[in-house]
Formats: sequence, C-alpha cells, structure tokens
Amino acid sequence: MNEMNEVRKPPVATTGIIGWLRINLFFNWTNSLITLFVIYCLYQFIPWILDWTIFSADFKYNYLGEQITNQEMCSRNLDPENGGACWAVIYVRFYQFIYGFYPKVEVWRVNVAYAMLALALLPLLYAKLPYRKYFLYFTYIFPVIAYFLLNGGLGFTEVSTNKWGGLLVTLVLGCTGIALAFPIGIMLALGRRSKLPVISMMCTLFIEFIRGVPLITLLFFGMVMLPLFLPEGIDMDGLVRVLVAVTLFQSAYMAEVIRGGLQAIPPGQYEAAKSLGMSYWRMNLLIILPQAIRISIPPIVNTSIGLFKDTTLVIIVGILDLLGIGRGTLADTNWLGLSYEIYFFVSLVFFIFTFGMSRYSLYLEKKLKTGINMGAD
Amino acid sequence: MKKLLSIFAVVAFAFSAHAGTLDDVKNRGFLKCGVTTGLAGFAAPDDSGEWAGLDADMCRAVAVAVFGDRSKVEFITTTGKSRFPTLASGEVDMLARNTTWTISRDVNLGFEFVGVNFYDGQGFMVPSALGVSSATELDGATVCIQTGTTTELNLADFFRLNGISYEALPIETNDEGKENLFAGRCDVYTTDASGLSSTRAAASNPDKWKVLPEIISKEPLGPLVRHGDHQWGDVVRWSLNAMIIAEELGVTSENVDAQMSSNVPEVLRLLGVEGNYGEMLELSNDWAYQIIKQIGNYSESYEANVGPDTPLEIARGLNALWTQGGILYAPPFR
Repeated sequence: MNEMNEVRKPPVATTGIIGWLRINLFFNWTNSLITLFVIYCLYQFIPWILDWTIFSADFKYNYLGEQITNQEMCSRNLDPENGGACWAVIYVRFYQFIYGFYPKVEVWRVNVAYAMLALALLPLLYAKLPYRKYFLYFTYIFPVIAYFLLNGGLGFTEVSTNKWGGLLVTLVLGCTGIALAFPIGIMLALGRRSKLPVISMMCTLFIEFIRGVPLITLLFFGMVMLPLFLPEGIDMDGLVRVLVAVTLFQSAYMAEVIRGGLQAIPPGQYEAAKSLGMSYWRMNLLIILPQAIRISIPPIVNTSIGLFKDTTLVIIVGILDLLGIGRGTLADTNWLGLSYEIYFFVSLVFFIFTFGMSRYSLYLEKKLKTGINMGAD
Repeated sequence: MKKLLSIFAVVAFAFSAHAGTLDDVKNRGFLKCGVTTGLAGFAAPDDSGEWAGLDADMCRAVAVAVFGDRSKVEFITTTGKSRFPTLASGEVDMLARNTTWTISRDVNLGFEFVGVNFYDGQGFMVPSALGVSSATELDGATVCIQTGTTTELNLADFFRLNGISYEALPIETNDEGKENLFAGRCDVYTTDASGLSSTRAAASNPDKWKVLPEIISKEPLGPLVRHGDHQWGDVVRWSLNAMIIAEELGVTSENVDAQMSSNVPEVLRLLGVEGNYGEMLELSNDWAYQIIKQIGNYSESYEANVGPDTPLEIARGLNALWTQGGILYAPPFR
C-alpha cells in the first residue's frame, strides 16, 4: 500500500537547473555546439570588457593618483601597458552632457523640470497609484510648466535654447515628439480611414509625403526653408523648428501604426457600436480606439524608440544633443582621442532610456493582455 | 492670392533689409556668431562650456570691438551643410567656421569673405614605418579620402599630374579616416593639414605617424558676412586686421597698457590714442585696444589654440607674418 502512495519524482533530467539547461541550451547537438561557442565568446569578452570599463579604468584620478584634467594624464596614455578606459572625460564634462551650456546659476530649473518629468510620468506608468487622478492633472499641465521653467518667462530669466544641449535637448525632442505625435497620429489615422474623400485624401497625402522623405530632409526643411517663409521680425527659434519637423515625422509614422490597429478591429465592433446609436466620435473614443491602441502598443513603442534614437540627427542642423556634446568634447584638444569612452557613455545613456521604454511596453502588454481574443473577450 | 503676394513682399523686404547689421547687433546687445559643432583648435567647447579656438577668438574679437566685452557673443553651432543658409537667413551675424574662401562662395552665394585667419591646405599623413618622405613616392598606395569634398578632386589632380596611381578608400568622417589609417586599412590619409595634425595628436603614439611636406591645395579659411552690408563687413575685417597688425607691432595683451605711451605712431593709432578710427567704424575709439587687451594679438591666439605648444603642434608656416616667412599681411592702420 505504501508503495502505491509514494509519488514518483520526475526524472532528474527534466526538472531543476539541469532540466532547464538540457531543454534550453543542450537540446540537440547543434544547440549544444552553439551554446558552447557563445559561452566561449562570452568567456573571452566579459573579462576584457569588465577590466577595460571598471578594474583598470581611471575615474577621476590616474594610477599615479593625480586628478585627470586632459587626455595626456590618462593612465593608458601615460603607460599603454597600464590602464583601461579614461572616464575622467565624462566626469569633467558631466555637466555639459546633462545640461549642455545651460547657465550654472539657473540649472536648478532644469533639475526641477527633470524631477517634474518623473512625477508627470508616474501616473502614466502605474495605474494603481493612489490619487492618480490628481497626478494626471499635473501631467496635463506639466508641458506648460516645463516650458516656462526651461525657457524663461513668468519671472524666470530667459535662457535661449541655443544654450540648451546634451541630455536636455535629447529629452525635450524625444518627449515632445512622442507626446505630440500620438494625438496627431490618431487624428491622421482616423482621417485616412474617413469616408469623406477630402479629409481622407488630405491625410493620405500628408502621411505619404512625410513618410516618403528622410528625417534629415525634414530637419533641413525646418532649419533652412521655414525662416525664409517668415518675415525677419518673427524669429522662430531653432529648436522649435526642429521640434516641428520631428513631430510631423513622428505623427506620420504613428498614424500608420494606429491605422494598422484600427484595421485589426473586426467590423462587428463597428456595427455593434452603431446599432447602439453611438455617434462617430463616441464609437471611436469608447469602442474602437481603446482596442486599436491596445493591440498597437508594441509598434507604437517601436516607433517611439526609433524616434528617440533619431533625435541624434539634429547634429546635422547644428543642435548639440547628447551625441553632439560628445563629438564637441572629442574636438577639444584636451580630450582628443578618447572616442571609445565618449561613444560608450553616450550609447549607455541611450540604452538605458530605450531599454526602459521597451520593458515598460512589455509590462503594458502583460497588463492589458494584448493579442488575446481580440474583439471576443 | 493677395495674402500670398504680401508674404512674398515681406520676404523680399526681409532680404533687402539686411543693411545695418551693426545696428542690429548693438540693439540686440550681443553678437551671434556661427561656428563649427566642434573642430579641434578652431572651435570647441572647453570643460566649463566656453567655446575656445581660433575661430571662437575671431567671434570674441568682433564682440569686443562692438561692445568692449568678450562675453557678449552667442555661439551658434553650424555644420558644413547648414552654415550658409544660417548666415543668409540672418540667423547669425557672421560665420567664423573654418570656411574656405572660393570664388563661388564669395560671388555666387552672396557672401563677403573679409580676410583669412588661417591658411590651410590639403596634406598627407602616413605611418613613419612606411619610409616615405614625399607624396610623389606614393605610387600604388591606398588612400583614405572623404567623399564628396574638394579634397577628393585635389587628390585626383595631384596624382594625375605626377603620373602615379592610387587606390581610393572612401570614408565619410574624419573619425573614420583616423580609424582606417590606424588599423592599417589604408597607407595614406589625406585631408586639410590642420585636420591631419589633430588626427595625429589623437593617436596613442603620435611619433608613429608622419605628415608629408607636400601641400597640394590652397584652403584659405576666414570669417565671412553677408554681401551688401559694407559697414558690418568693415567691422569684422578690421577686427581681424587689428589682431594681425598688433602682432606685427609687437603689441600683446600683456604689454598693451605700456604701449599706450609708445612712440611708434601706428601703435598710437591702433590703440586709439591718436586719430578717430573707431568713430569711422562707428565703434568706440579704444576698440582695438580692447581686442588686444581681452583676446590678444594674432600670435597669442594662434599659440594658445593650434600652435606648437598645443597637442595639435601646427607650426606657423604660411600663417607666419610676411616679415617672418609667412604670408600673413594686413593693410596699414592709417
């Protein structure tokens, strides 16, 4: 009897660490070969990169204990046998990387804006936040506050956008582009599917035109052509012109992404909404768009990440974003030749932001269960 | 249609109304000067975010001439492609952006080059180990060259003239050229001599690389303004000339106060002790004194930014005064 009650354990080879390894890494001989090859590569690469970036790197002082103020003082330039990365350049230039040329006495305004941005994003990121409604009000007025904080006015001294740079410009371009493109994109997507020929033709024309030209062309258009159309008295700010170009570009792409979502909604949903006597706007706002946007989350995040990285193109029109500041640093005779450190740092910052965005999109997908039983759940 | 016409009228007016840049600058309270997004020795932000370099000094000199204050300048970064539209649209008052003075830019684009603040020229850099001492020995070499530039055409001309062949390895940026040369993918890298110097300075062991003596093109780099505003052009031109003349007369930022009681007539005229040259330019009479006091003469600016004591180690060469074997020459101050 006892023997009958005894539960037999599953074979060792299918559970625990060993089981996981067998199934995922050593399933058959090709699989095993690839695993071994990758392990070998990592074994070669990881110690080297750790050594270069951390263990034999200079952070503020070189191996002689002196504070580094130019590239000649980096350990690896003093003694090529000794030393890895020379992060002192990032340390010395950190202010420029984060704020650009923003005046030091006013920099608290940027810090406040950064903190407020985090606060404004909070209710968007966590649906369960207590008092979420009030936080959301703050999110809506945040752009206005940020404008006055960063640019000046309302008692703040004006700081010309020419002095903005680094991460500040990257974030302003990325956030504004993404935030404005979303509503514009929705309108364009609805417009393109509209039964009114004038509206649908105009939207299609706009989308196809913008999608048909590279972002660089639009940036040049914004930078070079726009001022020619404006009388001299009206001086449109350089950053604003770039923002216009970036927003137009992003909204055309966003429109197509959302149109894809709209087309995935079964016609039954439209018919059901109409049979309830809903107007066009009520139908879209309450029935169609919530579902369409839900299934479009992965591509929306995809284009947003794309835009965030594309903001580096503004260097071409002479605006120094994070990457531009990096290149400017490389042109300083004090820091010539430290391109590995600078590009590594810039890519790390970009990676942190884009990886954060993609993780957030995964979390949203899980929470909203996108892709399951659309239209029938 | 009427609205459209009026817009065109306004645009046309805007273009014709560029005369009076000096007044615009004075009213605005600061100078807008177009510089590069970063070029070693010419214009690059330093650790405190201040722009430094030969071109940045040129901008500051003009700001000092107008306001007597070296901080009254806003640097607008421009790229090779955006620099000309930025100047034409009036977004900057002047460009000091290592721009080569050519006939088409001077005439066709409607700009006015007011002088030359650096005589550059295309050169070659090779590994010392290659054992080459002249560019004419480069038969059959692989050359790293930036595409779509005048350097490409100059290179083709030079090799054809000398009856030797080469293989081009097209690259886009200076960084790319550097990496390719250092990795041995090309035997020679060719670009402007000042660019070669900064590339060499960036190498982990600069002595392993050698800049060949041949300079195969003329690249006079200088500040420029819009066509048609001669008063403003004069201000920029004489700000540059004042620095060159100061070097010629031995006036430096350190001895300028002592030179106020000099017995050389041209020094007294330059420093505004005699004559009313400032008034002629609609500037204060001590404008040149202020430039020398706050920026220094040409030599001081050169030595601090690109000279032999900087990592760039560019010898004066063509940029020496005409009295010292170079071709730097400014018209007399009288």
